[in-house]
Amino acid sequence: MFNYAVRRILQSIPILFVVFTLVFIIVRVLPGDPATAALGDYASKEAVEAMRKSMGLDVPLWKQYINFLGDLLKGRLGMSIITGYPVGVQIVKVLPYTLTLTFAAIVFGYAFGIPLGIPAAVRRNSFIDYFNRFFSLIGLSIPAFYLGILLMYLFSIKLKMFPVVGAGDPGDLVSTLRHLFLPTLSLGLIMTAYVTRMTRSSLLNVLMEDYIRTAKSKGIPEKKVLFKHALRNALIPIVALGGLYAVVLIGSSVMIEIVFSRPGLGSLMVGAIKQRDYTTLQSVMVVYALIVVVLNLVTDLIYGLIDPRIQYK
Amino acid sequence: MLQRLTQKQRIWLTFKRNKTAVVGLVIGLLIVLMAILAPWISPMDPLDQDAINRLSWGVEGHLLGTDDFGRDVLSRIIWGSRVSLMIGGASVLLGLLAGTTLGMVAGYFRGKIETAIMRSVDVMMSFPDLILAIAVTAALGANLGNLIITIGIVMTPRFARMAYGSVISIKESDYVLAAGAIGARTPRILFRHVFPNIFGELLVAGTLWVGEAIRLEANLAFIGLGVQPPTPTWGNMTREGIDVLINAPWISIFAGLSILITILSFNMLGDGIRDITDPKLRGGEGKEQA
Repeated sequence: MFNYAVRRILQSIPILFVVFTLVFIIVRVLPGDPATAALGDYASKEAVEAMRKSMGLDVPLWKQYINFLGDLLKGRLGMSIITGYPVGVQIVKVLPYTLTLTFAAIVFGYAFGIPLGIPAAVRRNSFIDYFNRFFSLIGLSIPAFYLGILLMYLFSIKLKMFPVVGAGDPGDLVSTLRHLFLPTLSLGLIMTAYVTRMTRSSLLNVLMEDYIRTAKSKGIPEKKVLFKHALRNALIPIVALGGLYAVVLIGSSVMIEIVFSRPGLGSLMVGAIKQRDYTTLQSVMVVYALIVVVLNLVTDLIYGLIDPRIQYK
Repeated sequence: MLQRLTQKQRIWLTFKRNKTAVVGLVIGLLIVLMAILAPWISPMDPLDQDAINRLSWGVEGHLLGTDDFGRDVLSRIIWGSRVSLMIGGASVLLGLLAGTTLGMVAGYFRGKIETAIMRSVDVMMSFPDLILAIAVTAALGANLGNLIITIGIVMTPRFARMAYGSVISIKESDYVLAAGAIGARTPRILFRHVFPNIFGELLVAGTLWVGEAIRLEANLAFIGLGVQPPTPTWGNMTREGIDVLINAPWISIFAGLSILITILSFNMLGDGIRDITDPKLRGGEGKEQA
């Protein structure tokens, strides 16, 4: 296991390198000159030149690339060219919002998805199976932002049960939780659809295995076979895939943050694009890449731990 | 009634029995029809402003109400289907062509080229589609052509992976080896012998990914990175509607509903086709959404 973990961690490094390079390329082709964006359209030519120099844009592209990677290695994310504040500080401030939301949605999804998926697999083609399949199909199809708007309209505007926008007062737990509820529900319902579907198909596959038939024929009660023999094995892929689901949810969280005007990485990224704040955009992308790579790594390690066969691939 | 069925007839019979897939197909076709017939079935011009009836519901002539500028919401939804379907269809086609070429090259040559292409594919696939699309659109600029390119790029790795798998499995088959033996050049082998054999399954997968492409387009438009106003798209209508959600909820609700129904129809069709190709995996996993 140790060798596998080390090998897998080393494999992540070139991936990060590729992603960072992509980020660099994407940000460099952004339309508009960052120095002009920082100073405004009416800045003098000399001022723009000076700004370009201070931003390190006057050196050749390959040198900018080396500097970019060097700064990243040193953990330096630079200053926002619009606000002048360090980008790292900004990111540290908003990151907990995105992580809390994603984590809450994953917990929600597992808490409801697994109990919903089990009866669907056990009583295949029954009413509950059809109901679940219908529900999952909608959950897999609905864009996160639309679900967010519908929930916001129903609970905040019509029923006035929850606040409409924002993340609440950071010091006040009740306010924070009330603001977290609808965004979590939006992402959590979508997550529930995934988990339900996954539980159903995973459990169906296990129920067809020989050892289940053996257990039943030995006279072990149906319930015990289901929970002790079948479910245990069926849950392995479901739990192990949690990391990959988290990646998907991180993507959807961008939309939810915008709908509910919540602070977070997604809001920061979209704001940076609109203001052509390329240092912030570049750093947010780097952080997203780090999160994705770490989540993939964790998923693989968990998988390797649960299913030793993976280690030898 | 006993008669031998051709493979096509058998597939069609299985398909017809799958109600979900049939419903999905019918809805999907209706939406395509709506997009094609937009100039004739749209009750009004989607850009015409009715200054007296702004943000109103239940006014005669505006079945789904009007927006902030007094424009007819129903007409805008009908016209909006054109942007969604055009971007969805064209980007998937682009992804199919680019991805298939990359996948075929990787699968046929193996070695270093294979490693380079397939590792890049892995990296791209591990990244959330939406964040990738947002970054690329921001870099290229938001207009119809660039959106097709952006979403096409996001779709490319999926096709590359599929094509790669198929090529590996058929490159050792007799007819490919025979073509090589009689001295056919590699591009000829790839495009005359390999491509036609894997095109079918890629096209089926591609049709289903149109729903995903439409979802991406809607997400981008909602952020403000879609086809720019005043051109109506479902995504930018939903976005504009959110500012007036309290007084005029119908704009966001119906525009968003159009997106949902469209994606739903593609997913229903997809589920049905998966059932046909793999009856054991009913309701199995697909690539996740953004």
